[in-house]
Amino acid sequence: MKARLTLRVIALGYLFLLLAAPIGLIFYRTFEHGFGPAWEAVTTPEAQHAFWLTLVMVAAAVPINTVFGVITAIVLVRHRFPGKALMSAAIDLPFAISPVVIGLALILVYGHDGWFGGWLTDQGIQVIFSYPGMILATIFVSLPFVVREVVPVLREIGIEQEQAASTLGSTWWQTFWRITLPSIRWGLTYGVVLATARALGEFGAVSVVSGKVSGETETATLFVEQRFHQFDLTGAYAASVVLALMAIAVLLSMNLLNSRRSA
Amino acid sequence: MANTGIEVENVSKCFEDFQALRDVSITVPEGSLTALLGPSGSGKSTLLRVIAGLERPDTGRVLISGQDATLMRPQDRGVGFVFQYAAFKHMTVFNNIAFGLKIRKREKPRIQERVHELLDLVHLNGFADRYPSQLSGGQRQRMALARALAVEPKVMLLDEPFGALDARVRKDLRIWLRRLHEEVHVTTVFVTHDQEEAMDVSEQIVVMNDGQLEQVGPPRRLYEEPANEFVMSFIGPVNRMGDAFVRPHDIEVMLEPNGTSKEAQVDRIVHLGFEVRVEFTLQDGETGWAQLTKAESDQLELTDGQIVYVREGEAHVFPEDKRKENRKAADEGDEVLAEG
Repeated sequence: MKARLTLRVIALGYLFLLLAAPIGLIFYRTFEHGFGPAWEAVTTPEAQHAFWLTLVMVAAAVPINTVFGVITAIVLVRHRFPGKALMSAAIDLPFAISPVVIGLALILVYGHDGWFGGWLTDQGIQVIFSYPGMILATIFVSLPFVVREVVPVLREIGIEQEQAASTLGSTWWQTFWRITLPSIRWGLTYGVVLATARALGEFGAVSVVSGKVSGETETATLFVEQRFHQFDLTGAYAASVVLALMAIAVLLSMNLLNSRRSA
Repeated sequence: MANTGIEVENVSKCFEDFQALRDVSITVPEGSLTALLGPSGSGKSTLLRVIAGLERPDTGRVLISGQDATLMRPQDRGVGFVFQYAAFKHMTVFNNIAFGLKIRKREKPRIQERVHELLDLVHLNGFADRYPSQLSGGQRQRMALARALAVEPKVMLLDEPFGALDARVRKDLRIWLRRLHEEVHVTTVFVTHDQEEAMDVSEQIVVMNDGQLEQVGPPRRLYEEPANEFVMSFIGPVNRMGDAFVRPHDIEVMLEPNGTSKEAQVDRIVHLGFEVRVEFTLQDGETGWAQLTKAESDQLELTDGQIVYVREGEAHVFPEDKRKENRKAADEGDEVLAEG
């Protein structure tokens, strides 16, 4: 009994100190002087642009990662080819490499003096210090989630259902939509939610490749940093709260979906 | 002459370094119920999957209703395949059975009608709205059969359909499958490793071992005239007495020596109801057992350790299996080639 209580205290204490207390304090500081100042801070044109830009990043990176994540997972589980283990390991690189390094790497490839950078500039396409580069960075950091969530589910469902469908006259495409996709939908949902949350919160890589031009290439996380450095604490806290609320909404929607599945 | 439902001609299949099928040829008469019987790894499932188009043979041809299907995709062959575990888990029983019809874009009222016909046929009326997870194992396999039958396949292929079920349900489903076949009469091939199941259900048994055919024939012929040692011992219990193979029920147990009888000591007597097993050791140290009826055993009043005289009735002596020797030599040759 005592041991169980101790364990519970440790787990709760840990969560409180490291998660609940800091997030709670942010909320407290934001609304310390009432709702008005906070509202004003997050409705300035720069703030609105920053939130809008964050949503653009999510809207671009998450669908791309969803489609390619499912394709990659299918290839990893269903196909056999040399170098498969290497590919599987490479997918986890974004987890292992610091986002700042990812940002620098993107500049090396797409920047002015990078591999394609010069050629792209000649074509009139600017990647670095512009949306394409920021989207690339967001895709990069949120890439593993869909693959990692879908792979075990695909492995578990096996190929019998798909083969049964094919003997019943179903083409590959029909089998994918009618059998494979419905079978992996929960894993896929989870992966999409995690990728969304990650894309919302991306800071390091985007910070390197965006150039941080307020009102132009500044996402919500960059906006928080900028306000903080300008000693506009209310603005920084209020924007943080909006970001946190967005992430919480995404996680809650997943939990809702989850409970519907078990019902 | 009966039309041929399925013809397999000289099919071989290799998976990396494993030879799953070696030059296999079989003919399945139209409308028949055929069992592919063999131990695991004998190639029986691979053969079934080759017929279905789920595996492509390295060499040889597959004909379905006289038409060369070797290069056809599974969905174009007109086969129904029943897997051990392949219920569409996210669909109701109705939608599982309707799947093939929906793929073929049949009209809704036609689908409704056909699915209900099939639910009747497999005794699952009232289960249309359930999910596979809400069915018993036996019900799930009946659903899988209905799903395969829905598209009116030319042949039905069943891969260990009852493998995952417990013994009693298996027996019920066996009888049920035979009756279903009498009703529907579609050419059916099913894979099993259970010789009793094969003998109970099928009209023709194909015995396979190590990727090759051992023997093809009706159950009774395989039992009475096994082509070789493997078939004899796989199809039923067997005693080895010198060079001869004898079924336990062909061993006579006597209290007095008589003609060619051999002296033996009773080791153990096992009463299994109607059947009584007498385990014995011959003078040369070989052991065996005889199968007696309860009446026979009661009459002899046998006890453990007693000296009796046994005589084999019908014994089988097989010539040395040349083919196996050749195969062994061929395999060794392959290895040499691979090394070179």
